[in-house]
Amino acid sequence: MKRRDFLKRSAGAGLAAGATFGIGRYDRLWTDVPGRAKYDMVAIMGGTPNAMFDLGIQELGGIGAFIQKGQKVLVKPNIGWDVLPELAANTNPSLVKRIIEHCLKAGAKEVYVFDHTCDNWVNCYKNSGIEKAAKDAGAKVVPGNSEKYYQEVEIPGGMRLKSTKVHELLLESDVFINVPVLKDHNSTRMTCCLKNMMGVVWDRGYWHSNDLNQCIADYALFEKKPALNIIDCYNVMVKHGPQGVSKEDVVQMKSMIITTDWVAGDAASAKMLGVDTEKIEYIPIAHKMGLGNMNLDTLNIRRIKM
Amino acid sequence: MKSPFLRRFRILFSALVLICFFIVFADFRQIIPAKYINILLSLQFVPSVIKFIDLGTLASAGFAAVLILTLLSGRTYCSFLCPLGIGQDLNSRIGGRIRKKFRRYGYKRPFTVIRHTLLAATLTVAIVWGIYLVILLDPYSIFGRFMTFFARPVIILGNNFLSNILGKFDVYTLSHVPVTGYQLLSYSIPVFFLLLIFALSLTKGRLYCNMICPVGTLLGLLSRVSILRIKIDESICSKCGMCSIRCKSSCIDFLQHKVDVSRCVNCFNCINVCPDKAISYGIVSIKKKEVKTDTAKRKFIATSLALVFGLPFAARAQDKKAPVPTKTSTVKENKTFPVCPPGGVSIEDFNADCTACSLCISACPNNVLQPALMQYGVRGMMQPVMDYHKSFCTYNCTLCTEICPTNALHPLALEAKKLTRIGKVNFIKDNCIVKTEKTACGACSEACPTKAVYMVPYEGNLLIPETNVEICIGCGHCEYACPTTPYKAIYVDGVAVHEAAKKPENKESEKAIPVDFPF
Repeated sequence: MKRRDFLKRSAGAGLAAGATFGIGRYDRLWTDVPGRAKYDMVAIMGGTPNAMFDLGIQELGGIGAFIQKGQKVLVKPNIGWDVLPELAANTNPSLVKRIIEHCLKAGAKEVYVFDHTCDNWVNCYKNSGIEKAAKDAGAKVVPGNSEKYYQEVEIPGGMRLKSTKVHELLLESDVFINVPVLKDHNSTRMTCCLKNMMGVVWDRGYWHSNDLNQCIADYALFEKKPALNIIDCYNVMVKHGPQGVSKEDVVQMKSMIITTDWVAGDAASAKMLGVDTEKIEYIPIAHKMGLGNMNLDTLNIRRIKM
Repeated sequence: MKSPFLRRFRILFSALVLICFFIVFADFRQIIPAKYINILLSLQFVPSVIKFIDLGTLASAGFAAVLILTLLSGRTYCSFLCPLGIGQDLNSRIGGRIRKKFRRYGYKRPFTVIRHTLLAATLTVAIVWGIYLVILLDPYSIFGRFMTFFARPVIILGNNFLSNILGKFDVYTLSHVPVTGYQLLSYSIPVFFLLLIFALSLTKGRLYCNMICPVGTLLGLLSRVSILRIKIDESICSKCGMCSIRCKSSCIDFLQHKVDVSRCVNCFNCINVCPDKAISYGIVSIKKKEVKTDTAKRKFIATSLALVFGLPFAARAQDKKAPVPTKTSTVKENKTFPVCPPGGVSIEDFNADCTACSLCISACPNNVLQPALMQYGVRGMMQPVMDYHKSFCTYNCTLCTEICPTNALHPLALEAKKLTRIGKVNFIKDNCIVKTEKTACGACSEACPTKAVYMVPYEGNLLIPETNVEICIGCGHCEYACPTTPYKAIYVDGVAVHEAAKKPENKESEKAIPVDFPF
């Protein structure tokens, strides 16, 4: 059955790809056709990060379904650590590049990339390979190292996190695309979509000292939510996260999850990592707060194996 | 030579040198490769002497070149290579522009007692006690501190101003750099010297160099036997006194046609200003009448030289009593030793060699290096110390060890640095968020590059840090990341002698590569 399913789907994908070439703007085709299969989540496995993204985003109607022409787009990868790409502490640079290319092709006026790094930011930007990849693709790489770039915002309804300083570009951009890398985490057990937001705020210490899990969930209340979460599960750091020590920490899962619901994205990622979702406390907290759906059974998930 | 080009050459050359030094210290984005910085610094007299004492290699003997240069040509070093001297010339010039009076120097008697006492004191103290006076008086280090304490923040402010404007236009090529000052008290010494040298050079030319600077005095002693000198042709000289008035060193006694070579810094201003073209720079004429030798002075020169070259052995002998970590420390949450930067080998070694030029403080990309107040005791004042409340040492960085001009920080390969323990982690469970608040944190373990700080199960779903000192290198990232105030729940205590840390072991993950979606 599965193989048949797979063949069918491949055929569908092929048709879609063909249509792209035939008509030119496949994304418009998808967005304009009423009653199209709208997925909550697309999960892809078995390809290169670029190929998986190309295919996955197409299933969701292309990035043009999320970006309008002339908009400013913020792509927020994880660039937290001064570590080489193969150790998977940061988002895959070629994936970041691919996403930016899609955004610009879809008519984005400007694409920005930044992270509030944990290690020295210059080294992180450089050694992660993301600075070069993003610049090559035509994005603006913006520093996040100084408090000057951050502005105080209210988190209405936050339990522990009632206000926080966020990077000005998060506020200025029209569309925000979250591009976390799935990793083990030493205290929250996993870092992915929601936890990646610790890279857009200035004072992380406050989060750490005021119930980290609650703060991570609270932040998701903030009005500027990601239009899309593209989770890099190609190389996954399964232990010693979030920084890792050596290559032994990495398992090549060759997967990707693309979703509009970041709580669902985190729940699926937890499954990938093999951690009980309940144990990653911020996921059930965010679910209860109504910030997303962690019950994957109730979601319309498109699974593709390449 | 009477050519006016001598002076122009001096101005051009010294301007280039000063600009280079300026760039090196102002390079807050660490763009200039260390090897170029090392070339520039290799000719700085005091750092080179200390480096030579440490290494004994020919490559570190830049000071020997300076000595030879001095024997040949007099105190050329002071006008051409010393950044503090060049800076003073610049300031004197500004002084002359402000008030004509500041430009009229005239012949003065030398402050022989003061300058010789200071030189002798510096050398004596260096040998019997430590390099405390060298730290204070080495001209290059004084210049370095001026740049680090005063010029660098101004440059960064300028950068920030520009980056703000560019940011308005959506250009992010320049980034905003937070200006972080140092502890207020650590400004006292640089401020004192800045005021002193600024005032002296503004009004009295090279008085600082000829009265206080021990390097100037030492080279002055040597230049008494130098071959090339400023000479006045008595047959042409009309005794107008212009040379004397324009002499920044106040060393031309035009009535006697004498130039005090021990104070002359070869600025060549007199050559250009002489209306009679009576002044030239050339090989000293042998038809000398000066037959009476001043044996006292010769002895002084000889002993000074002996002291300088004997310093390594004397200093080594001093260092034999290797420091032993005090075991009796019973005070909790107490740092027994300051953390000295990687490459320092031991606090004792480091304190003995560092002239506190602050180049490493300027260059550190993470601003973890701070000028010490009393962390090392009096003799280590102004020397760099790791301050983990301000920042932490970047795991992938060896910059400070690469650029140290005195070899107080030995060059470390990156792999060696990653295994050099400069401090040891200490965990205070009673301060930890996980225990006090019963909420997750793990900021320390997250930050640890070797996983010397790792998490173990605690109550319920919580995880709490535990430490493995064996693989800890004391980078301080845990202490920096720890959010507790005012005392940290995890801190790094310095070690008296740097140690070799174990390489962190890591086993292949048991997790299998998934073949299907687990959801």
